[in-house]
Formats: sequence, C-alpha cells, structure tokens
Amino acid sequence: MTVQITKGVADVPIAATPSPAGKSRRSVFIRRPFFTASLLIAAAYVLAAIFAPYVAPFDPVKQDFNVMMKAPSVVHWLGTDSYGQDILSRVIFGARYALIIGIFSVMIGAVGGLIIGLAAGLSGGWAEWGLMRLIDAILALPSLILAVAFIAILGQGVDKVVIAVGLSMIGPFARTVRSDVMQVRVQLFIEAAQLMSISYLRVVLRHVLPNVIFPLAVQVTIRVSEAILVSSSLSFLGIGVTPPTPDWGLMIAEGRDFVSFAPWMSAMPGFALALLLIALSIVGDGVREEFDPKLRRDS
Amino acid sequence: MIAQTLSETKAPASEQPIFELIEVEQVFEVPKPGRSLFSRETVGLRALDGVRLTVRKGTSLAVVGESGSGKSTLLRVLLGLDRPTGGRALYHSKPILEGRASGIAFARDVAMVYQDARGSLDPRMTIGALIAEPLRHFDIVPRQDEAARVAQLLDRVGLPADAADRYPSGLSGGQVRRVAIARALASEPSVLVADEAVSGLDVSTQAQLLILLQSLQRDMGLTLIFITHDLGVASFLCEEIAIMYLGRIVETGPTDAVLGAPSHPYSAALRAAAPQFFEPLSEPLPGEIPSPLNLPAGCRFSTRCPKAQDDCRLKDPQLGKLGPQRAVACLHPLQPQ
Repeated sequence: MTVQITKGVADVPIAATPSPAGKSRRSVFIRRPFFTASLLIAAAYVLAAIFAPYVAPFDPVKQDFNVMMKAPSVVHWLGTDSYGQDILSRVIFGARYALIIGIFSVMIGAVGGLIIGLAAGLSGGWAEWGLMRLIDAILALPSLILAVAFIAILGQGVDKVVIAVGLSMIGPFARTVRSDVMQVRVQLFIEAAQLMSISYLRVVLRHVLPNVIFPLAVQVTIRVSEAILVSSSLSFLGIGVTPPTPDWGLMIAEGRDFVSFAPWMSAMPGFALALLLIALSIVGDGVREEFDPKLRRDS
Repeated sequence: MIAQTLSETKAPASEQPIFELIEVEQVFEVPKPGRSLFSRETVGLRALDGVRLTVRKGTSLAVVGESGSGKSTLLRVLLGLDRPTGGRALYHSKPILEGRASGIAFARDVAMVYQDARGSLDPRMTIGALIAEPLRHFDIVPRQDEAARVAQLLDRVGLPADAADRYPSGLSGGQVRRVAIARALASEPSVLVADEAVSGLDVSTQAQLLILLQSLQRDMGLTLIFITHDLGVASFLCEEIAIMYLGRIVETGPTDAVLGAPSHPYSAALRAAAPQFFEPLSEPLPGEIPSPLNLPAGCRFSTRCPKAQDDCRLKDPQLGKLGPQRAVACLHPLQPQ
C-alpha cells in the first residue's frame, strides 16, 4: 500500500490558526521587568563568582591587622572584619561557594529524586507504597535538620556540605516527580503508544521522561535558592564549611559578636545572600510561569 | 455455532473476516452499590453481553449506540487492550490478544484514531516527530526518507508540510484530528478504528474530515470501524451498521437498509430521535437506559420498548439472521411497511 497524494481533499489553510510561537508576543524581558532585573542580578552573581580573582580588590583570606573592623570606606567598600579581611572580596568569593554548593547539591537532589520518583511512580503497588512512606518519613524533618544529620555522619567541608544538602533535598524532588509520573502515565498518549506495541522502556524514555523532566527542571531553578539557604545555615551554625573559607553563612556568624559596633560584618554578607535568594526565586517563578502553559496568562 | 451466528458475508466463503466476535462478554467486577465501608462485595457490570460481530475486509462499519451501550468496551476488545471475560474475539481467525502479544504486526495492521485526538498526542513532541514515531517503530521507510514521508502523510490528510514543526497545542481541534489520522496511517494499516473521530467539531470541519475518511477508505482499501453516536455520520461514511444497546448488538446490516427500514424497535427509536430538517421531533423513548449492573429480565429493551409483548419479558433474544445481510436481536421484529 502506498500513500497516495490527492490534492484538494479538504485543504484547510493552517495559517489561519494562531501559533503561540509566531504570534507577535512582546519579549518576556519587557513583559516581566522584575524577572529581567532578577535575571541580571543573578547573572551578576554568576559572573562575580566566575571572575572572582579579577573582580575582588583584595585577597579574601589575607589578614591585615592594621585595618580590623573598619567601617565601609573608599579603600574597603564594604568595610573589613575582625581579622582585617576585606569584606567585599570575601562576599565576591563567597558567591563562588554559594553557587557551587547550591547548584551541585540541587543536582544531587534532582537526580536522586528523579530516580526514586520514577521508580515509585512507575512501579505502583507495594514498592511504591514503601518508597513513598520512606520519603514521607524523611520529609517529616525540615531539610536543615536532615542536612545537619548528614553532616554529623560525613564531617565538614565544601564537598561534604554539597552531599549533605543534596541528600536532604531528594525527598521533595522525589515527591514531585512521582506525582508527575502518576499524572503522565494515565494520559491517553501513553495508551496510544502501548497500542502501537511500543516497548515499556521506550514509552518511559520517549514519553514519560520528557513530560517529567520539564517540570523537574523548573523545580531545580526554584530550589537552588533553598539549597544555598540551607548550606549558609549550616555554615552559620559552624558545622558547614570551615574558616577561613569566605562563606556568607560563616561571615554572618563571625560578625555576630560585633554586631553592635561593626554591624557591616554581618550585614554585608547577609545582604548579599538575601539579594541572591530573592533574585533566584523571582527568576524561578518567571521561568515556571513562562513555560507552564497552565500558568500562562497571556496566550 | 459460527454458521448460526451472523453470517452476512457477501464475499466468497473462502475469504476470512478480519474481525470476528463470537458471544463476547465483558463483565467488570465493581463495588456493590451501597455496600458497607469494609465490605468487599462486588457485583458484575455486564458491559458486553453476547456480542456477535463480523467485520469483513474492506468494509466500513459504524458501531452506533447511546453512551453506556458498550461501544468503548467493544473497541478495547477489538484492539486487544482488554481480554473479554467470555466468548471469543478473533482477528484473522486467531484470538486478538494472541495477535497483539506475538509481535508488532497486529499493532501495525490495526491503527486507532482516538476521540480525544489532542490527548492521544504527546504534547512535548512536534507533529513531525509524532508522525515519524510509527514510521520508525514499524520500520516503514529508511531514515533518510522519513521527512519526505511525513510531508506526504500530512499532505494526504490536508495539512501543509510546515505543520511538522508545530506542537499539538498550536493546532485547532480539526487539525489535531487530521494529525491523529496521519499518524494512524503512517503504519500503513489495513484496519482503521476511529472512536467518535468527528464529534465535537464544527459542522464544516466535520464534513471535511468525513470526506477525508471516506476517500482514505476508498483509495487505500482500508477497513474502517467507526464508533459514533451520530446516525447521519454513520449513513454517510459506512456501508454497514451495528446498533448497540446495553452491551449487545441488537441489529446489523447495510446502513441504508437498516436505517431505511429498521427491524429492531430500538433502531427505529434511534432513527426517529435523529433531528430531521423541517420535521418536528417524534416522541423520545421513555425512561433512561437501564443499569448494566441489573439487566432487565428477558429482552434488555423490553422496559422501554413501545412494542413489547408478554414474552419479551421472559426470553432474551440473541442476534439472529433476518434476510441475507441483516440480523436482529428481537422476538418481534418490525415489518417493513
């Protein structure tokens, strides 16, 4: 049997329908000024982190006892700390640690959550029940407490913090992946694929996974800020990265004793942390609203 | 027993029917209504009950019935998605499930167009990828000819080639149905099963799709099984018709003959309930379709039948032969006027 070409059988001009891509929608950057500003701020952090050695005016760990706890000045823009280290330089280098820890720990959480969530959502029955009760039990603990527990097992250091925070984030990722899998696997296009006798593994790889990965990617952008917050909290509690690493949480903790007469020691890294978290969450929301058709208001 | 059932084969006896359903029964165990919280009592829902059906090669068959008559269950049995609880469902004289289990030949030969065409297309794949999927899966064309074949198929269903780069969300309801049809045709099937493929569309779009399906059926020699509740669509598109009521096919035959002079009172009622131009609607059937959990005694239509007689409530009529091509499940078939 060959497919015969017959012109004119119910020719419908396809151009008559609006296409979401082709419609002259204004650029997202104009429609969402907060998103744009946040994206620029986040980009600035990333650039600062990458080019920290060139941007920072001083060595972040060089102690200068002549300029201890100096208020912000022309030389030291954000002041100096109790060791005479330049706070601006430490904040800039701190962005490195914050972003590295945030991104890599979220990756661990996302990959782990994807595997567990897929396994739970696809297996169904007893295995699913067991996995999800385990996740529920883990989720009963706040991620910070969980991260503290992992640190207690692993010990301190940047790499340990990444692993601890990553492991503590698997639970929420697994739960969202599993609920997405459950939604996708009952869709008609899955049945249509089975009707074509496409193998189970192929259906999972070609149809389930792409429909799950996307919402997961959005989750990742949103949760990077959570990971940064948890890792900074660990350092603030003195169980995260070790001094003299220029970590924001650590810097806030160091300045705590001097907060009445040298408030900039804690305030500057705190401000850097807060600004990054706010920017990241606005970027995450924007990405989600832009790509999730259910949330899109203007199409 | 087979000879006794619907033997309406016009074609030579040597030609095997594509699908043959013999006394097919599908009973779902459902929680008993009103059972207590901890009770495990179930009750059988007879979705299909004594279905006899023969589908010849190259024919076009409309399966018509109200919602709840078992059309979709019948479809799932035909496609080998569900195993019937009773009777035999055959595809080229072999059990359908066996055919489905023994490789991809059945899946290639029997293609499906879903009622919810949009839902049957993966929203994250482009139209081109969606149509290429069966091409690749069934190894229809070499990789380098794939794009050309996709364009050809799109053209065949009346869509421009540049539709291949679009996503289903960017197409209209009529266009996604065309994509679904193109995708079904990609595997070069001999049977096309369409579930309400034109319902819920504008009449003009509906007409275009009907003309498309008709030309496909004629040009490609497809066997078409068309599930619908619209008698007008059935009479336009299909040579044969099977009318279902409460899980049984109550009348079959050539569409024109059945709709012109229905033998079963239910067919007559369906026919009369279809709105006609410039005509007042006749009195609709009294009452609701009874629950398949609790079928009426005797003939299943006896509770609503205007012609019911005493023995109708005692005996359950099977689909039996009535003339050379027609069959009816009625103790007192209507006589043509």
